[in-house]
Amino acid sequence: MIWAVALALGTVITAGSYLALSRDLLRCLVGLALIGNGVNLLLFAAGRFGSKAPPIIAEPGRTLGAAANALPQALVLTAIVISFALLCFSLVLAVRLVQSAKCDDISQLRSAEPPADSPIKPALEDEP
Amino acid sequence: MILVAAPLLTPLATALLCATVHTRPRLQRAVSLSGALLLLVVGIALLARVAREGTVAMTAGGWPLPYGIAFVADRLGVGLILVAALMITLAIIWQGSDADAAPSSAMLHPLLHGLVAGAVGAFLTADLFNLYVWFEVALICSLGLLAQGGALRQLDACLKYFALNLVGTLLLLAAIALLYAATGHLNFAAMSQAAAQVDAAIMQPLIGLLLIAFLIKAAAFPFFGWLPASYHTLPAPILALFSALLTKIGICALIRSLGGTFQPAPAPLFEMLGWIALLSMVTGVLGAAYHWDIRRILAFHSISQVGYMLLALALASRTGNTAAIFFALHHSLVKAGLFLTAALIFHQAGHYDLRRIGGLYAARPLLAGTFLLLALSLVGIPPFSGFWGKYLIVRESLLQEEYLWAGIALFVGALTFYSMMKIWLEAFWKPHPQSNWQPRSGNGLLPACTGLGILMLVVLWVGLYPEPLLVFVTEATATLYGGAP
Repeated sequence: MIWAVALALGTVITAGSYLALSRDLLRCLVGLALIGNGVNLLLFAAGRFGSKAPPIIAEPGRTLGAAANALPQALVLTAIVISFALLCFSLVLAVRLVQSAKCDDISQLRSAEPPADSPIKPALEDEP
Repeated sequence: MILVAAPLLTPLATALLCATVHTRPRLQRAVSLSGALLLLVVGIALLARVAREGTVAMTAGGWPLPYGIAFVADRLGVGLILVAALMITLAIIWQGSDADAAPSSAMLHPLLHGLVAGAVGAFLTADLFNLYVWFEVALICSLGLLAQGGALRQLDACLKYFALNLVGTLLLLAAIALLYAATGHLNFAAMSQAAAQVDAAIMQPLIGLLLIAFLIKAAAFPFFGWLPASYHTLPAPILALFSALLTKIGICALIRSLGGTFQPAPAPLFEMLGWIALLSMVTGVLGAAYHWDIRRILAFHSISQVGYMLLALALASRTGNTAAIFFALHHSLVKAGLFLTAALIFHQAGHYDLRRIGGLYAARPLLAGTFLLLALSLVGIPPFSGFWGKYLIVRESLLQEEYLWAGIALFVGALTFYSMMKIWLEAFWKPHPQSNWQPRSGNGLLPACTGLGILMLVVLWVGLYPEPLLVFVTEATATLYGGAP
């Protein structure tokens, strides 16, 4: 089980990194989202696999033996919600950005930092 | 122990209240300001409590440690909370003036308080996963604040800020997962004990990954790209709040993990941190020397100053940690003050670019004096606040026979002086490029000047009478939560 998860994790993170390095804005964001999912999988895998016994103490005084670890599941749920919110925000941001810049090539998107006209002087902007 | 959670609940409640009254701007402003003042009061009460009784802790739901999620108010956390409370109060006061204030919108105040809640949570929490959650709260609120204006350059800045910070967040989450797998704990104190039992060969890369994530948040070399890409697109009061809080969240987490939880951390990590610190200092100040826009100059200085804090941490001694905390507190105040002064320069002279302005020394001598004072504080000329931080760092480097580190720290100080003097010469000494230029009237600047005046008093107090703060910071290092007592 852990090997299958490790393989999936490696594949997802590799694919995510490949996409995130793309110059296409949407691919870049999808890549970041994929890496996020890979990391969530890692978080889930951090609390050992194997047991299917629910972590519930049936009668007081007994200790839990090899029960499933509930904590990583709670953690990964939190992480999924957060990364989903960030993904939604980033998609809306990308739509607005592409609409106003009329281009989705990341290397062309540099209105916050206009290129300098000489190597030793930064660009002189009119807008303060 | 509701007092420990109060600095967290206050901005959260204020944010919610502000969001519910968003249709009535005046009421929203009043609610927002009272929330900020309440946070200041709560912060002072907590400070009094911590100064009297030492570190106080609270566990959510009363679960016994290490199972419950703990909030711990130690001196480091409380000091940073007070800075956050002061800065949001000043930012909201500043909003009443017309000196580069943020355009009023329904979500401005809720997001400001949300950002402060995220920062305060990160300063207070004693649980690694909880720290991640507060980082995300601060991140999403700062994204909202960046995108608020809706101009193309702001959206562009927001995208870069988002992408780079998200990478940092994902690395942090991966480090948390692996550290949990290795130690079985998330609480700082429990993790600290468990980490001592784990093989150092396993712990070293994991701590390294955690440090990289924090270094991205702290804007250290070579991960600082998000900071100069975004800061200059923000309105002045938000910019001041950002500069006081965002990098400090990363620095605070670094101090806690290196000075507390993972103490003694592996020596190679400190060696690497030292070189990262030097490169941050040098690249930051060179970027500042290149630029002509005041906000860009100051943003690059932040990277250089973060380098000083990291250098202090890399010295791996109690004095080093003391210097790092002192420097973080001093830098929050002084850098915010400089950004606010830059907004006044912009208001009076009409532009942020030094090539388009001038003549302010003759027209506005008081503004010139304020800038000079803050600039000298940043450079570290005695008797101003920056001097004490740099003095501690350089002396400790010399005592540890790290002569190269001390030399570079002094050299970067000289370069900082150069770029501050560039602003001084261009904006204040030089005549204005337009011969018929007149400074704008100071009407409507009263809130801005009040805010800056309060900040100046604090900065001057730290500089001229540093003894109480130095004692406080020394105790903060000694009582840092999560490590050996």
